[in-house]
Amino acid sequence: MHVTSPAFKENSARALANPGLQKALGTAKGAFLQRRAAAVANLPEFERLRDIGRDIKNHTLANLDFYLEAFEQKVLAAGGKVHWCSSADDARAVVLKICKAAGAKTVTKGKSMISEELGINHHLEAHGIQPVETDLGEYILQLRGEAPSHIIAPAFHLNREDWEADFRRLHTDLPADRVFHERRDILAEARTRLRDRFLAADVGITGANFLIAETGSSVIVTNEGNGDLTQTLPRVHIALASIEKVVPTLEDATSLLRLLARSATGQDFSVYTTFSTAARREADLDGPEEYHVVLVDSGRSNMIGTEFQEMLRCIRCAACMNHCPVYGAVGGHAYGWVYPGPMGSVLTPSLVGIDKTGMLPNASTFCGRCEAVCPVKIPLPKMMRHWREREFERHLTPAAARSNLALWAWFAKRPGLYRLATRAATGVLGLLGRGKGAFTSLPLAGGWTAGRDLPVPEGGTFMAQYAKTRRRR
Amino acid sequence: MTKDAILGAIRRGLKRGPLPADQQAMLAGRLATHPRHLIPARSRLPRPEQVALFIRNVEKEFGTVERVPDHAAIPAAMGEYLAAQNLPSRFVMAPHPELTAVPWADRPLLAFEQRRAEATDQVSLQHGYAAVAETGTLMLPSAPERPTTLNLLVETEVVVLRASRVVGAYEEAWDLLRAESRDARSGGFMPRNIMFVTGPSRSADIEQTLELGAHGPRRLHVILVDDDPAALPMGDVAVPPPVAVPGGPPAPGD
Repeated sequence: MHVTSPAFKENSARALANPGLQKALGTAKGAFLQRRAAAVANLPEFERLRDIGRDIKNHTLANLDFYLEAFEQKVLAAGGKVHWCSSADDARAVVLKICKAAGAKTVTKGKSMISEELGINHHLEAHGIQPVETDLGEYILQLRGEAPSHIIAPAFHLNREDWEADFRRLHTDLPADRVFHERRDILAEARTRLRDRFLAADVGITGANFLIAETGSSVIVTNEGNGDLTQTLPRVHIALASIEKVVPTLEDATSLLRLLARSATGQDFSVYTTFSTAARREADLDGPEEYHVVLVDSGRSNMIGTEFQEMLRCIRCAACMNHCPVYGAVGGHAYGWVYPGPMGSVLTPSLVGIDKTGMLPNASTFCGRCEAVCPVKIPLPKMMRHWREREFERHLTPAAARSNLALWAWFAKRPGLYRLATRAATGVLGLLGRGKGAFTSLPLAGGWTAGRDLPVPEGGTFMAQYAKTRRRR
Repeated sequence: MTKDAILGAIRRGLKRGPLPADQQAMLAGRLATHPRHLIPARSRLPRPEQVALFIRNVEKEFGTVERVPDHAAIPAAMGEYLAAQNLPSRFVMAPHPELTAVPWADRPLLAFEQRRAEATDQVSLQHGYAAVAETGTLMLPSAPERPTTLNLLVETEVVVLRASRVVGAYEEAWDLLRAESRDARSGGFMPRNIMFVTGPSRSADIEQTLELGAHGPRRLHVILVDDDPAALPMGDVAVPPPVAVPGGPPAPGD
């Protein structure tokens, strides 16, 4: 996928000025949050489960080579195939080869972020194979030629009227004046359209939420049932998974599943949680005849042993972006690549390079909500700070920011001067704004005051107040 | 080779070579013993309450449940459910011996075929392997007698489940499968596919609002056969149930 992260500022400005997007973000605001809060409140053990989830993932990462090999052995024993792919190029080539060998004309797809990352659809199309996205959100995005803006709700940026307009525009064999009374009617139309595609597909491609080393299974979690139709009806099933998806046992996966749906949509459990282990058995009446796992590294192994290793614990629930004030203001497309929000601001620099994505770890207020809700306790703000340090060390930080930082550092190393300067600034601003409460505009601070007010300082600097309190004690 | 390159990169990151034999043996032991983690207390209940929790959770997720005393009551329950929903009395049924043995002749107007489901089928009758009370989840492992398509292609799925097969937590369901299932292909216990189903199909993709009836069934109905005297609702039992230990009875192996 093309990276537009360097243009994060421009992307954000456009997003803030886009009334449709702002409406969609406004509608969505709170829905996932409230449901997550209710689900968590209903499970008193949730906090302890977060520690368990973190520990399971840490244990797996510390022994990742062992568990990947154990997983492979089990897949082979059950009659499946495992394809190891170092790069996105390798993975695209393997998927195409399997599809060609199957003589595939159309390929149905379950929602998969690794597929977005690898650009599978584009690659298949370029070779004359038609991919069909079957997740409702992915389906409309394929019609619109857009990328997902959220990792579990791909069409997060769309309003109901967008759905209706697109369906009218593209499903031209249906009466143009048909009425969508409810959201359900939109859903029903997509269901009818996709039914024939499910039946006609030669290959089904899904992602994987987990791989189980104990049994050689791939696990998908969905609400619609599209992922299951995708991996059940076609003759060939391909499960795409990055290497950090493996966990040791069914019990380990079970503990993580208790966290996943609650953190994501606020459901206790998703509607369909499905464990696939190789192809159809001899007497089975349905199921695919071939089962392939495409194991993708594509930058993950480079994160191991670095300060970003903990990011590989991520189970892709999207709680961090659902709770992020920056994501809530600009939506997912502004981030400029596959993974938006706080998890993307840490992962994207690891996978595509900090030189192109330096804006992302800076697009944070460090409010800490992402870390507070992460089901596997990934220290996202800390890792964004690490990226800022690396960016600074590599002289990638913009010149204006660097010189301002240098100026600040010069003062910060001279506490006496620093206090004098802040006292003077506080005094001047306090005098200028006396009786106002807040500045709505201020010379040199237009960037700040364009979007919000600057409170007028009162009561002296922090250090002055601190000293006063200490004297009082 | 790509595999070696990936494993090599992982090991370089971990600052070690391949794991020494004793550590490999330890990890293999963890896989073989698959230790349980924390199991939420909510499902640690006396049997009658456990089954009641299962029913409440199915209903919370927009499924429906009818309790019947035995397998002989299934034809009437099925017939009445289909009539109440205005559905045809024709359905595709899992070729499971337990369902074949149901006295269907009692309800001659019901017509069924035992096979996998096709896109034209409207209603399926599936065999429930087990269920998890913790979240009202049905466990449906694939098998020649339990085709996966019955869970997917129809608009209405009806599942026959014996109350004795309702367990508290997922871990107990895994143990049932480990004890009872043998897969000839892999030598393991996992069939091709296991679907855990919690309520009918839905989507939240339009404005983050959950709507029922996405690609899978729009309706999920459970016919719960009370084959377990210990699991009957309190008051229905002649013998008083055992007094509940505070916190509920311990789950095996925990």
